[in-house]
Amino acid sequence: MLDQSEFAFNELRHLVSDRAIKGETMLLNMGPQHPSTHGVLRLLLELDGEIVVNCFPDIGFLHTGIEKNMEAKSYEKAAVMTDRLDYLNNLGNNLVYCMAIEKLADLDVPVRAQAIRVILTELQRIGSHLVWLGTHTLDLAAISVFWYTFRERELILDINEMVSGQRMMTTYFRPGGLWRDVPVEFEDAVRDFISIFPKRISEYEAMLSENPIFIERTKGIGVINPDEAVHWGITGPMLRASGVNFDLRKVEPYMGYEQYDFNVPTHTDSDTYARYLVRMEEMRQSLRIVEQALDKLPYGPVRSNNRKYVPPPRSELGTSMEAVIHHFKLWTDGFEMPKGSVYAATESPRGVLGVYLESDGSTKPHRVHWRTPSFDNLQMLPVLAKDHLVADLVALVGTTDFVLGDIDR
Amino acid sequence: MDNELQNIVSVLVERFGVEPKEIRDQTSLIVSPEKISEICQSLHDEYGFPWLEVLTAVDYWPEQEPRFHVIYFLYSIEKSMRIGLRVPLPGVSPSLPTMVELFANANWRERELWDMFGIHFEGHPDLRRILMPHDWQGHPLRKDYPLGYEEVQFTFNAEEIDRDKPYAKE
Repeated sequence: MLDQSEFAFNELRHLVSDRAIKGETMLLNMGPQHPSTHGVLRLLLELDGEIVVNCFPDIGFLHTGIEKNMEAKSYEKAAVMTDRLDYLNNLGNNLVYCMAIEKLADLDVPVRAQAIRVILTELQRIGSHLVWLGTHTLDLAAISVFWYTFRERELILDINEMVSGQRMMTTYFRPGGLWRDVPVEFEDAVRDFISIFPKRISEYEAMLSENPIFIERTKGIGVINPDEAVHWGITGPMLRASGVNFDLRKVEPYMGYEQYDFNVPTHTDSDTYARYLVRMEEMRQSLRIVEQALDKLPYGPVRSNNRKYVPPPRSELGTSMEAVIHHFKLWTDGFEMPKGSVYAATESPRGVLGVYLESDGSTKPHRVHWRTPSFDNLQMLPVLAKDHLVADLVALVGTTDFVLGDIDR
Repeated sequence: MDNELQNIVSVLVERFGVEPKEIRDQTSLIVSPEKISEICQSLHDEYGFPWLEVLTAVDYWPEQEPRFHVIYFLYSIEKSMRIGLRVPLPGVSPSLPTMVELFANANWRERELWDMFGIHFEGHPDLRRILMPHDWQGHPLRKDYPLGYEEVQFTFNAEEIDRDKPYAKE
């Protein structure tokens, strides 16, 4: 094993330019414990004065081996781990995992469950964008926005708690539907949110959109042209702010997104300010989807009736021997999946979130791969940061809107 | 499978002698390791698949030949089409050419495969471990790699466990 300092030097040697070795430029670690790296991200910077010459992200500090752990758990138990990936988009992670299982097993999802899934994931998208807005502006020294956005996010977390008992780690979506139906107060809570929130978005915009400091810090910073964005595999609001109209909710509608009327906001300026505008508009569009889904929320069951995958309701256990057998089988062994592989993808707040699931016919997945949007989006940071000031790097880290749990898995 | 994708697949089958395979509603081609860069190049340049959506691998241990399947999903944003490529690799020194030139995001994804599966990518500019610590032994997502655990320390065995821990000591 190499000595730590010796290793650090060897690690640097082939990455940095010759000027760093001669001592003309300075090497500086930003992170892993730095308030504006949004988690445990280490950025190794090569600086010429205040200008970033090179930037090397070092990830893996939050690696929890979720892909490996899932292989050792039954499908239903592994669902609990999905919450821990992208911890601002828990329900979205549940959703894509369940979608992969449902696709592989040909499991039906009742329409009511689909509509509730849409409502909750769209609320989650708003919640995630609120965290982004709060922390992004906090990094740019506008501290007040943070307090306002977290006030509204709290309403969304309350709704999460109301439906699932948990604020963040919900595991509310299960293969074949939902854990259980939403409580009666759900509709009022969402309606309250719908009535409050448009005013609140205008409030944020009043604070930021024409704020000269905010504009100064964001306009023209980190321009990504569309070809470059696709080349680097950027997805989500970052791609759309570069003028590429690509949203999986429109392109490959899932969970009945085709029934809802909403726009995909795009912008052609491709800079940090454009990404701000796109995300703000996305929150409005998400709210439209939530409203439409709530208006025509159908009644009916929230979980599939396929007893091979879905445990029977409690009421059946007292009267039906078959239900008892299914119950026992599902909670001791789990369900057996058909052999094969499947890929399911959704549009998460950060971009394309996909699950590649391979089954060998047993009760445990053979391989689960998470195609996470932050992993690709962060990869481009060195290109964006080049020749910018360190202060702009902070803005770029904010605008990339990555979640380290999503990257390190 | 829609018609356009069908056309592309049949052209590729003829040109490169690859084997098409439909898994669920996903079209995949079984590609040999020698042909992967050629096929990716032509999908990228001629058929308009500029975006590498997924790059991952599956381990079929204890099978040795082929032990791994490396899986590429390429996506065409213009035509909203997804095509899968599966490359079987042997268990002994698995290696593939790198795709960093074609798809920039392959850089970290290939590093991840090296880290997790020990699959080597020839010509990769910076093939280091990415998620695991730099001095880690083994490749965790291989099937012959145990899940592992850490023994819980109690007062009676704390020192003993501490002694065997691999972290840096004074």
